[in-house]
Amino acid sequence: MIKAILIFNNHGKPRLIRFYQYFHQAAQDTSYCKAEDMQQQIIRETFHLVSKRDDNVCNFLEGGSLIGGSDYKLIYRHYATLYFVFCVDSSESELGILDLIQVFVETLDKCFENVCELDLIFHMDKVHYILQEVVMGGMVLETNMNEIVAQVEVQNRMEKSEGGLSAAPARAVSAVKNMNLPEIPRNINIGDINIKVPSLSPF
Amino acid sequence: MSDVVEKTLTALPSLLSLDSHPGSAKLSSTSKLGNLIRGITELTSKHEEEKLIQHELLAIKEQVSSPNTTMRQMKELMVRSIYCEMLGYEASFSYIHAIKLAQQGTVLEKRVGYLAVSLFLNESHELLLLLVNTVLKDLQSTNLIEVCMALTVVSQMFPKDMIPAILPLVEEKLNHPKEIIRRKAVLALYKFYLIAPNQVQHIHNKFRKALCDKDPGVMTASLHIYLQMIQENPEAYKDLTPSFVTILKQVVGGKLPMDFNYHTVPAPWLQIQLLRILSLLGKNDQSTSEVMYEVLDESLQRAEMNHNITYAILYECVKCIYTIHPKSDLLEKAAKCIGNFVLSPKINLKYLGLKALTYVVQQDPKLALQHQMTIIECLDHPDLIIKRETLELLFRITNGQNVTVIVEKMLEFLCISEDDHTTIDLVGKVAELAEKYPLKYNEWFIETMNTVFSLGGDMMQPDIPNSFLKLLSEGFDSVEEDRKLRLFAVNSYIPLLRGEPGKLPQRFLQVISWVLGEYSHLREDLEPAEVLSLLAKLLDMKNSSSETKSWVLMAMTKLCKGGADASVTQEVSETYSSSLDTVLRQRAHELQYLSQDPELRARVLPRGAKPETLEVDSSLSFLDRFVSEALAAGAAPYKPPHQRQEELDQSKALSLEPYGLSLPISMSSCSITDRQSPTLLSMSSGLSGDTLKLDGIKRVWGREGYLAQREPVEEAAQVEVPSPIQSPGRQGEGDSLHSQTPTQTPTPEPEQEKQQLASSLFVGLASQSSVSLMGKSEPMPQRFRRKAKGQGLGSSFIANEQISSSLISPPSAVDNLLCNNLLDSNNASELAEQTSQLSQSLTTANGTCHAEAELTESDTKGCNPALRRDNCVVAAGPGPHNDPGRLTEVCLDSYLPAELSGLSHSEIAPLCANQSLNLSACHVQKEDSLILVVFIMNSSESAIQQIPAGEVTSYSVAVGQYSLTVKRPAVHVEVVGTVSYQLPAGTSQSLQFSYKVPLTSFIRPFVVSTEEYGTMWLSFSHDTKQNLTLINDNQEPLTATLNALKKKLQLHVVEVIGMEGIVACRLLQDLPCLMHCRVNAGWLAVWLRSPVPDLPDCLIYHCQRALQSL
Repeated sequence: MIKAILIFNNHGKPRLIRFYQYFHQAAQDTSYCKAEDMQQQIIRETFHLVSKRDDNVCNFLEGGSLIGGSDYKLIYRHYATLYFVFCVDSSESELGILDLIQVFVETLDKCFENVCELDLIFHMDKVHYILQEVVMGGMVLETNMNEIVAQVEVQNRMEKSEGGLSAAPARAVSAVKNMNLPEIPRNINIGDINIKVPSLSPF
Repeated sequence: MSDVVEKTLTALPSLLSLDSHPGSAKLSSTSKLGNLIRGITELTSKHEEEKLIQHELLAIKEQVSSPNTTMRQMKELMVRSIYCEMLGYEASFSYIHAIKLAQQGTVLEKRVGYLAVSLFLNESHELLLLLVNTVLKDLQSTNLIEVCMALTVVSQMFPKDMIPAILPLVEEKLNHPKEIIRRKAVLALYKFYLIAPNQVQHIHNKFRKALCDKDPGVMTASLHIYLQMIQENPEAYKDLTPSFVTILKQVVGGKLPMDFNYHTVPAPWLQIQLLRILSLLGKNDQSTSEVMYEVLDESLQRAEMNHNITYAILYECVKCIYTIHPKSDLLEKAAKCIGNFVLSPKINLKYLGLKALTYVVQQDPKLALQHQMTIIECLDHPDLIIKRETLELLFRITNGQNVTVIVEKMLEFLCISEDDHTTIDLVGKVAELAEKYPLKYNEWFIETMNTVFSLGGDMMQPDIPNSFLKLLSEGFDSVEEDRKLRLFAVNSYIPLLRGEPGKLPQRFLQVISWVLGEYSHLREDLEPAEVLSLLAKLLDMKNSSSETKSWVLMAMTKLCKGGADASVTQEVSETYSSSLDTVLRQRAHELQYLSQDPELRARVLPRGAKPETLEVDSSLSFLDRFVSEALAAGAAPYKPPHQRQEELDQSKALSLEPYGLSLPISMSSCSITDRQSPTLLSMSSGLSGDTLKLDGIKRVWGREGYLAQREPVEEAAQVEVPSPIQSPGRQGEGDSLHSQTPTQTPTPEPEQEKQQLASSLFVGLASQSSVSLMGKSEPMPQRFRRKAKGQGLGSSFIANEQISSSLISPPSAVDNLLCNNLLDSNNASELAEQTSQLSQSLTTANGTCHAEAELTESDTKGCNPALRRDNCVVAAGPGPHNDPGRLTEVCLDSYLPAELSGLSHSEIAPLCANQSLNLSACHVQKEDSLILVVFIMNSSESAIQQIPAGEVTSYSVAVGQYSLTVKRPAVHVEVVGTVSYQLPAGTSQSLQFSYKVPLTSFIRPFVVSTEEYGTMWLSFSHDTKQNLTLINDNQEPLTATLNALKKKLQLHVVEVIGMEGIVACRLLQDLPCLMHCRVNAGWLAVWLRSPVPDLPDCLIYHCQRALQSL
């Protein structure tokens, strides 16, 4: 089962947090009292563990002490400015999850047309909806990208029918140009170049 | 750069209204998220962020609580709160609004509401209950999207108690025409299974239907459930093996639509899941494994493309092949696969390869040899994770010869590891290895343990120092070796203390002080005074914990001799005898007294005392007299804390006490204690009054007495195990070593080094192919961990107490033994003499109980009065069958004595047999007794002499019957007996048997009136309470359950009043037991009372069993 999915950037700023298990303090640790704090602590520790690893080492990490025990593993991928970390227990296949991350990111790429960190920030809710079609309650629901995209599009259509949300006045362009962004995000590079989405020939 | 900006532009439609007029509500609120985010990105410090977010949260709070806020605005506000929560700022005020949004909004707003709820709340959050109705409504909606949202939120979290409310609706969704709904419903049910397995038990056949669903997606989802259920109980699902194999075959064969392909691999995740299920099913099961060989072979062959996901499948395949019943050619292929993994340049695959090797190496140590050079390389890998995995592998192949090298490697790793979790784990492993092979390398052992203690610090498992000290104190076979080992330990600690002890971890200091206290006298040139002053230095250190200080004081107590040392000890004991810490103060006083009285000290703390096997009277029976005196003096009988607590809780609430009416009203003021022992009214209310609160007090007293005392018993049992320290013989290691290292003639320098390392690491692996060399399967007599506890270790005080206690106590265990011996052997033989040739004696031997069987034998001459025999032995003529070995129950039935034949009897069970006699038995329940009928079958050619019927001629059956009563109840009563007989040749022989009777056979209905019941209830002192499951058939559950119990256990239902029922029964002959049942929140709360100890407990067990078997 997938216990948690964390996405944060190179500076440890969380971009998407989804816990499938409720982590709360062990009895002896009374210094923290809220689950939110525990979750933040897990994020911090995970970031600490993941960020100090080079890009040429393996993508698996045996769980930190917070998320608990040797039964838990962190499986992560690093895309440009973002880390995608899945925390799973021993019932999940390591390589399987690694490719699931790939599927998820490719799906994001399709839905946002060339996804970047900013998409995740400003459309946090949409990313959650996409994730809900991939993983449900900690279980892998769908691994077929086209199917996921189709599901998301059904929802989007519904949204459009409720009236266009984004009618962008032209002068706002200048506003954005003036915006001061300390970390200018690059486009997310979709890892392995040899991966190509197979064309779907009818059966 | 420019396209990045452009991209940013398209991503930020919301920002476009930055300085627009506040006219459009929608735009202004979207822009607020943009504003917030922009604001945050501009910040430079955490503090500023905090301020900004607090400000933001205030604004949100104000808006959400305003009545004018529309649902649409609320949606935007929720997104903003989600954002704040993600950053770690609590927005709890918005939780309730999230629920409201999910409840009242349109589909889009609902979606945000559900998302917010699922992010904000957890399954135990109280607000979640408010969501149940919404979910219920949405599950019934005709809008598919709403149904999907409801299912999603349900699978994320749902209050456990409310599952029954929505379960039928979710179940219904399994038949939904849309596959996505079916799939989500399956996963939601899986979630229910995880949090409340017994609530979905009845729909297991629906899971099967999901497995056979025409849509592969639904089938895939159902595999989650099966993986879990098979993991819990593989036996129950063996019949599904062929189905899983067929599915996998079809998937591998490409029968699925192309949609399911991922990088041209058909449904890889599905394959992985199936392989996992198969490996669980085939584990230790040859016939099941045989079904899957073919498909595994096919999977291995098909998966030869060079992509990540195929490796994932291969890895699962290999693991499966090594888990199920082995097949040689598959193993060969799997081994090759592992090779590919290990040798792969891709680091992820290498990691998995090492994992697979670690898994496999227990069965096939040679495989590690094949890859030894790769393993060596991995040891020096820059990636710590790979390194750790390699160490894990080495740990599994450790033996007596390579242990030093492997431990050295582990310690090297420990020095660079920063992760606490890894450190704890690895320290434990090093300690385990070091303890396994201590004898061979005395000094190495101590040095290794020293490193372990200093590196592991105070994080390590507490049992490591304990078992180390245990090892030191117990020693091995050779006295000289022990002395050397201890001396070496002392020698290594002295310089450490002289150096900078402040840097050492507390645990290490405790170990040091114990060892010095015990063994520093072994080093002759060392003055105790010097050790004392070193120890005293530890006391003065600021960072010494009080636990360490008490260890130090303990050591000083052992060391002080008076004279020159006196000043140091005096000073120390004075300082600490006024300490606020009671333990320290206790130790200081001990030090003070014992240092002044050397004689007493020598007695209390004998030098060089071997740890003795202590007999501990865990039942504390030596206190029996004290207890009975106290009881006689009016003290309340002992009740375990949980029971007391329960009653306290009850007394705080309403008095739900039944039958209280019969008490005079004037006495009701001291209700709690009265209830327990109305005979001891006046005294007890004062003694164990209800003001004593026991929350949070550690539970030291259990049903059997003082719980802590059990540990020493276990320890003692462990100690007796002979310690085979000798590592298995390793002859011929030398030549095998050469044959194993690859012989390359010209080797460059580093290469040579590696080979040297290899030969030292893999030594002893190949010489024997036997698995016994592998670390895991080696016996581990040295490991007492988890048993040894700190207290039992250093302090001889405790030991002394225990010795004395065992001396004083009239041992209850002996009781039991005596009883057995007496009846088993002595009486039997005595009886045999008296009754000439044949006798039978019965006793009961049953761990906890002392059931006594009364033998009644009327016409034996002058026999033991306790053993009366009722109906003598009836000799029957030769049986209808010539082969007595095949005498069936049916024909034994015919030997049942005539007066018993009308009654129901248990199945006739064979007891034991030898070449001449065959014993069977059954029990017959009569109204006021339980008759044990023993059938003695002569299966030999010759007649066997017996009394009183004279003899049992060949191939005939003699029948004896005995009435049994139970003195002290147990769940099962075991009757042990001996048949002594004489063959015609004159040799007397005996045959022993035992027979088990469930307690229920002794239970009879007990007819009383409600008033009588009320009076009896108050006079009984032993009771127990438990919740039982109710039977839910169509009629009234209470009556149904009581009737079922009545039928199964022969109880008498006295009366049923509303939701309560009272039931009575008696244990033969006339030991009553009363039962009070109340329906409470879907459970049957049962309260049993009886004058006989243990009877309520045993009976509740049988009630549970009876209800379970329905």
